[in-house]
Amino acid sequence: MLEFKDVQTFYGSIQALKGVSLNVEKGEIVTLIGANGAGKTTLLMTLSGVTPASVGSITFKGEDITKMRTDMIVRKGIAHSPEGRRIFSKMTVFENLQMGAMTNDPAKFDENLAYVFELFPRLKERGWQNGGTLSGGEQQMLAMGRALMSNPEFLLLDEPSLGLAPLVIKDIFRAIKQINEEHGMTVLLVEQNANHALKLAHRAYVLVTGNIVLSGTGQELLSNPEVQAAYLEGGH
Amino acid sequence: MAYFLQQLINGVTLGAVYGLIAIGYTMVYGIIGMINFAHGEIYMIGAFIAVIGFTLFSGLPLVSAILLVLALSMIFTAIYGWTIERTAYRPLRNSFRLAPLISAIGMSIFLQNYVQLLQGARVRPIPPMIKGSFKFFQDSDFVVNLTYLQVIIVVSTIALMTVFTLIINKTAIGRQQRACEQDKTMASLLGVNVDHTISMTFIMGAMLAAFAGVMVTLYYGVVHFFIGFLAGMKAFTAAVLGGIGSIPGAMLGGLLIGLIEAFWSAYFTIEYKDVATFVILVLVLIFRPSGLLGRPEIEKV
Repeated sequence: MLEFKDVQTFYGSIQALKGVSLNVEKGEIVTLIGANGAGKTTLLMTLSGVTPASVGSITFKGEDITKMRTDMIVRKGIAHSPEGRRIFSKMTVFENLQMGAMTNDPAKFDENLAYVFELFPRLKERGWQNGGTLSGGEQQMLAMGRALMSNPEFLLLDEPSLGLAPLVIKDIFRAIKQINEEHGMTVLLVEQNANHALKLAHRAYVLVTGNIVLSGTGQELLSNPEVQAAYLEGGH
Repeated sequence: MAYFLQQLINGVTLGAVYGLIAIGYTMVYGIIGMINFAHGEIYMIGAFIAVIGFTLFSGLPLVSAILLVLALSMIFTAIYGWTIERTAYRPLRNSFRLAPLISAIGMSIFLQNYVQLLQGARVRPIPPMIKGSFKFFQDSDFVVNLTYLQVIIVVSTIALMTVFTLIINKTAIGRQQRACEQDKTMASLLGVNVDHTISMTFIMGAMLAAFAGVMVTLYYGVVHFFIGFLAGMKAFTAAVLGGIGSIPGAMLGGLLIGLIEAFWSAYFTIEYKDVATFVILVLVLIFRPSGLLGRPEIEKV
């Protein structure tokens, strides 16, 4: 469904991605793990066209989207819930969700809204509150709900567990699993919480300073000694 | 008392016009963080189109002439607003912060000279078109005069601002503008065409300024290629006073600047009325840079 071929991305003269190749098939949860500064967020931003690739190609459903403008990529069915959640803090929860539905068929709005509220009932209670007044966990739910409102085929999640309490993290991962199983949603998940992410994912890639160094099924990487040493020590 | 009431009426009329122009400053600041110093010239062009329009349509009935001129002026200034953004600001959007500001001042000077060359440097008059007034509150020999035109200006401005507020708060395009104001990258990640939204902001601001231009042309009956500078600076002051970036703030700031100007002219010295306005600008910038309705942002991390 999605394919990266030798993708290189630069910030000025700094190279953040040094020739990344990977693929994601329909219905999969694929996770990308790696340390801070490995280029995980850049990879998602390159995919969404925010920091376009200088070299290489990205194809989605057979179509080259490497140089496409961000809002056009979204319209192809890729929803991106970015790092730091980036809620519109001066808009209500409901307005944030309306923003998410921008590219969607208005006739599907109610159906999508019902689905998001079923996944995250807390959002329904908070509907008229400003986004900025929500707790971190609620903001993460809103960020994911907003992404789902576009009725995407492909969901990008950047560090959904960042800064959240363990119980909330469990909720978020349960929701990711539910979206994937019930709706066949394809998910590309970026995580520092490698333990949780590898258990959830069908397949995984390990990114180190802009290069993919390892890949395999979630279970394979969980039992890989190098991965255990680098990313899973004390990970419970 | 009657004299006071008269100044109040004059001040509110003036304030309505400043408020309309101020919205353009505040919206553009909100969305791309720059002061569009060419916005006063947009208003001036709106006024000039009104003079040309009223001359062209002088044979038509009054109401249809005014509606036609409004439509014409708003459409043409919308084109000007769009073009200014495309040519002078968009290419500099990722440049250093001062670049678009310098470009804006250049655009302002360019437009003044352009209108001067095309329309001449002399004052252009139109005959008074809406005469008559309500007279009331006789106080010894002073009569309060509320002209029909003042009523039209204030009522239509309130109506326009109401519609405009509804557009910003309740429609998809308004939501997109507010989203871009807060986080352009996130807005684009949700499928908002950011360039298009910024263009729309310039178009909307220009249309409001054009409306103000037409009203002022009817009110004073004269236009001149330089009127955009002073009106623009005052509307900018109004936007700062209300809290730059805040649309209700721009409306409130406009009203206050109009009232200050009217009362200062009436009770102190008319020669120094512009000084009064700009003293306000300096005081606000020193003591309350966020303005009356602008709030420093509290962000949850």
